[in-house]
Amino acid sequence: MSTSIIGAAVNRVDGPLKVSGQAQYAVDHKLENLAYGVGVFSTMGNARVVRVEASDAQGMPGVLAVLHRGNTPPLYRPAERLEHSRAGEIRPPFEDDQVYYYGQYVALVIANTLEQAQAAADKVRVQYDVRKPAVLLSEAPAPQGPPRVHSTRGDAAGAFESAAVKLDETYTVPVEVHNPMEMHATMAHWEGENLTLYVTTQGVLNYQKVLAEVMGIPVENVRVISPFCGSGFGGKLFPWPESMLAALGAQHLKRPVRVQVPRSMMFTTVGHRPLTQQRVRLGATADGQLVSMQHDVVQPTSMVDEYVEYCTGVTKTLYACENVEVRQDLVRLNVGTPTPMRGPGAVPGLVALESAMNELAEKLGMDPIALRLKNYAETDPGSKLPYSSKHLRECYQKGAEQFGWAKRNPKVGSMRRGNEILGWGMASAIWDAGRGGATVRVRLNSDGTARASCATQDIGTGTYTIFAQVVTEKTGIVLDKVQVVLGDSTLPPGPTSGGSTVTATVLPAIAKATDQAVQRVLQAAVMTPGSPFFAPHGTQAPKVAMTNGWVHEVDKPYSSGVPFEEILIARRLAALDGEATTGPDLANRERYAFNSFGAQFMEVAWDPGIARLRVSRALTVIDAGKIINRKAGTNQVLGAVVMGIGMAMFEEAIYDPRTGKPINNNFADYLVATNADVPELECIFVEYPDYHLNEYGARGIGEIGLAGVAPALAMAIYHATGVRVRTLPFRVEDVLGGERATIV
Amino acid sequence: MQEFRYRQVRTVESAVRANGTYLAGGTTLVDLMKLNVLQPATVVDVNPLPLAQVEALPGGGLQIGAMVRNSDLANHPTVKQEYPVLSEALLSGASPQLRNMATTGGNLLQKTRCSYYRDTNYACNKREQGSGCSAMDGYNRMHAVLGGSADCVATHPSDMAVAMMALEATVHTEGPNGVRAIALRDFYVLPGTSPSIETVLQPGELITHVTLPAPPHGTRSHYLKLRDRAQYEFALASAAVVVQMHGKHLARVRIALGGVGTRPWRSPEAERALEGREATAGNFQKAAAAAMAGAKPLKYNAFKIELAKMALVRALETVTQMEHAG
Ligand SMILES: Cc1cc2nc3c(=O)[nH]c(=O)nc-3n(C[C@H](O)[C@H](O)[C@H](O)COP(=O)(O)OP(=O)(O)OC[C@H]3O[C@@H](n4cnc5c(N)ncnc54)[C@H](O)[C@@H]3O)c2cc1C
Repeated sequence: MSTSIIGAAVNRVDGPLKVSGQAQYAVDHKLENLAYGVGVFSTMGNARVVRVEASDAQGMPGVLAVLHRGNTPPLYRPAERLEHSRAGEIRPPFEDDQVYYYGQYVALVIANTLEQAQAAADKVRVQYDVRKPAVLLSEAPAPQGPPRVHSTRGDAAGAFESAAVKLDETYTVPVEVHNPMEMHATMAHWEGENLTLYVTTQGVLNYQKVLAEVMGIPVENVRVISPFCGSGFGGKLFPWPESMLAALGAQHLKRPVRVQVPRSMMFTTVGHRPLTQQRVRLGATADGQLVSMQHDVVQPTSMVDEYVEYCTGVTKTLYACENVEVRQDLVRLNVGTPTPMRGPGAVPGLVALESAMNELAEKLGMDPIALRLKNYAETDPGSKLPYSSKHLRECYQKGAEQFGWAKRNPKVGSMRRGNEILGWGMASAIWDAGRGGATVRVRLNSDGTARASCATQDIGTGTYTIFAQVVTEKTGIVLDKVQVVLGDSTLPPGPTSGGSTVTATVLPAIAKATDQAVQRVLQAAVMTPGSPFFAPHGTQAPKVAMTNGWVHEVDKPYSSGVPFEEILIARRLAALDGEATTGPDLANRERYAFNSFGAQFMEVAWDPGIARLRVSRALTVIDAGKIINRKAGTNQVLGAVVMGIGMAMFEEAIYDPRTGKPINNNFADYLVATNADVPELECIFVEYPDYHLNEYGARGIGEIGLAGVAPALAMAIYHATGVRVRTLPFRVEDVLGGERATIV
Repeated sequence: MQEFRYRQVRTVESAVRANGTYLAGGTTLVDLMKLNVLQPATVVDVNPLPLAQVEALPGGGLQIGAMVRNSDLANHPTVKQEYPVLSEALLSGASPQLRNMATTGGNLLQKTRCSYYRDTNYACNKREQGSGCSAMDGYNRMHAVLGGSADCVATHPSDMAVAMMALEATVHTEGPNGVRAIALRDFYVLPGTSPSIETVLQPGELITHVTLPAPPHGTRSHYLKLRDRAQYEFALASAAVVVQMHGKHLARVRIALGGVGTRPWRSPEAERALEGREATAGNFQKAAAAAMAGAKPLKYNAFKIELAKMALVRALETVTQMEHAG
């Protein structure tokens, strides 16, 4: 068992807590004397707050305070790059009297109960000096300043001019919102100078830093606790205004305060994937060799922050092409600050790039897989470094085989099944494979259990389980005797859960810390009178090892020894710890390019008689190194594909240009995929351990599954309907005719 | 949400006397109270009323209590057997959780999902007579193409009511002025210049039952709902069809459309285009064209005209090809 647990399909160790309702999410923590804060949100997208009239609200039952700019001390700004800390929005709430976007906090009402606070928040009257907001790309002033991204290789423009076959198309990905099940929430509790925060976050340590900076107190005075996170998808990487308001309110009242973002404001004050308008120009030889790639992106950011959705990175690395030029410009709109959302940059970037490749394949009369193989990058075209491990070719081949790609008739509308026309599409997936630094502590206890701890967190992806798996693999202590403690800023420093880097980052640290703890037990075994392996001074100590949780002589079966806890008991120790810090392995970074890869194969069924489009088949082949937990890994990929179905078919936040409100800011009107929209999904891993990244050969797998889904579906939709969906998501009016709501 | 008085009643008489806003499943009422769109002073909880039965009527037909839950009605054996259009319409609506709460009376009286009606920061004639209509030059993809006025183009969102329209249901009420029976086709009023008035119900009038006539021998029926996603979304367009065939001919046809009208949209034009005619694709197309002849698209919902035609044609194709229920 000690080797097979890595790579096995393991149930998540926190599963029983979750399904029995015992897992403590942010607002589940019990705090005495808790007060409830409810926001008063701007109902205008561009305005100046003239007056906050709160006297009615102030007098309502249970109301403790109505906080706003007029009656609170200013908060500090986070230090950002100077301290490697980052908040969702650089501007702390109430900093000035300007309203930059609809749904910005204008005031916070605090009362004894949630209902009292909500009732009073309704009664706060805000007087605005209203200006017309700009929420559409077409309303934005032209991009100012130099492009935020501009990089060239060769002469892309020249090569495009003289290319035999050219493609020049523009693709638009609308604003998407994260909207995880658990809404953002903070419970803030001051004890003297010390602030404890119960939150839902993807990064307890960054959260701790930011809140210390904003409140102007030393970082060691802040403790952030987030044992469970009802998903983040990037939206919970950085703290948002509600966290600061909870801390401010609790300070003001000298009593714990909870602020939870209501669902409607999950569309505005906690980030989103920004709209991107992406022009792609591809030039190729008649036989499909890419000679030029140009990718130009215009993207809105907020009035207060510069957030760049780095869509063009994929264009520089996915295909072998000598002449590449990419450029990204920002414009400012009256929207909240965008933030990373699952697969930031690459996912929307691939919508454009892979759609363009599929369109080019058609122009060339080439199979889209053949076009990709023709331009296959054997080494990283940007850095010229060899890949640490790349098996994209096999992803295409395995996927094509499993999907039955050879049976494809590329003619639009040619593949029928009853009333329906089938459409097939494919696309490539790519995501960075990163690894950072982490410190992990592993403790072997005298009751036969183990404990591993780290100030990273499990955002629902299975991090708890991976910690336990490594400890089990290294010690043989069974999984349910391994306690894992995460999500607390007081623990040894660990990584933010973002960019699919946690697994690759923590594995080496867990392994090293566990080895160290085991070594200490083995040392104790030979040093301790009463231990069967005790070697008194001057005698030769036996060589001992630990197997299945037992300490034994190396050349004897484990059952000849004793359970490890007997060693600790003999020495009268409660436990022995190991602690290890591992880093990003910068030397290897200079030798190799690290990426995960994949191929998406999608089928849609189109019933032209009733204009009904449904996804009918989805196959994802992923090259992400060694899979540590097959169950959690598959779950990550399939969940990502569901999100991709939403991206291609449903998701789009629509802003009202008159007010700046996302008009569909609820789950009935902002459509995501339901179970009925999701067919049987299949995921295949081509499993080549990437030992240049870490000793387990594992990469993270949070985002890669989403990459390429939407462009593969767009191709399938075209194949079925004859309509190119260049503005996501698909809408029946694309086929039936009629104007679509303006988003650009 | 505003403060309100809450009363629970056990008899129809005390409900009517309580003179408040009735609370049934609450899936519309409480939702809109939370948004401050509805601000009743008194909420009268009618859940204990003995109106939760589905009963066969002595002379044929079905009597459905106002408090029968949507999920119970959808799965009632008689409904599934004799009024499949109603069962299908109910099951296409909302989500299982909502259907377990939603009632027959409440469903008939559910409010529009117009985004501007639901947000008190916007002008809305339905919410506040004379304040203006924000949908007219707003995001009106989900709005009505039939029955709208210059003051209001909000869609009536019910699926159940569309099926009942085609089944020629009758609404039975009891109010301060006694009991009355209202044909469902006379129950809803067009928005005109007073969009806040949606039905002919008088203040305090309680829906007690809905009755359905016995389906004529050999009747077949079907409901088809089209929407962006497969579940849990209001109709972009839907069609309820109830037909009686004589050989290849359509002897009797009842048609109602959903998702396209300011009220559940019975279409006598489409019925006339079909009755006595053969069940052919060409005739179905003509009926669909007749049904949508008066449609007036807004900026973002022109596609609904074509989509509604598609829904009707496909529903007719389906219903005329299926085995009849006997
Ligand atoms: C997210 C969401 C999605 C939905 N999707 C759909 C859908 O796809 N299709 C669809 O058809 N519906 C849909 N619905 C609407 C749902 O069907 C209605 O909310 C429900 O049927 C209302 O019934 P209720 O018993 O809960 O009514 P309540 O909310 O209790 O009442 C609604 C109104 O009727 C009045 N009322 C209730 N009972 C009586 C009575 N006996 N006499 C007189 N007045 C009465 C109330 O005073 C109130 O004004 C959806 C609702 C939601 C929230």
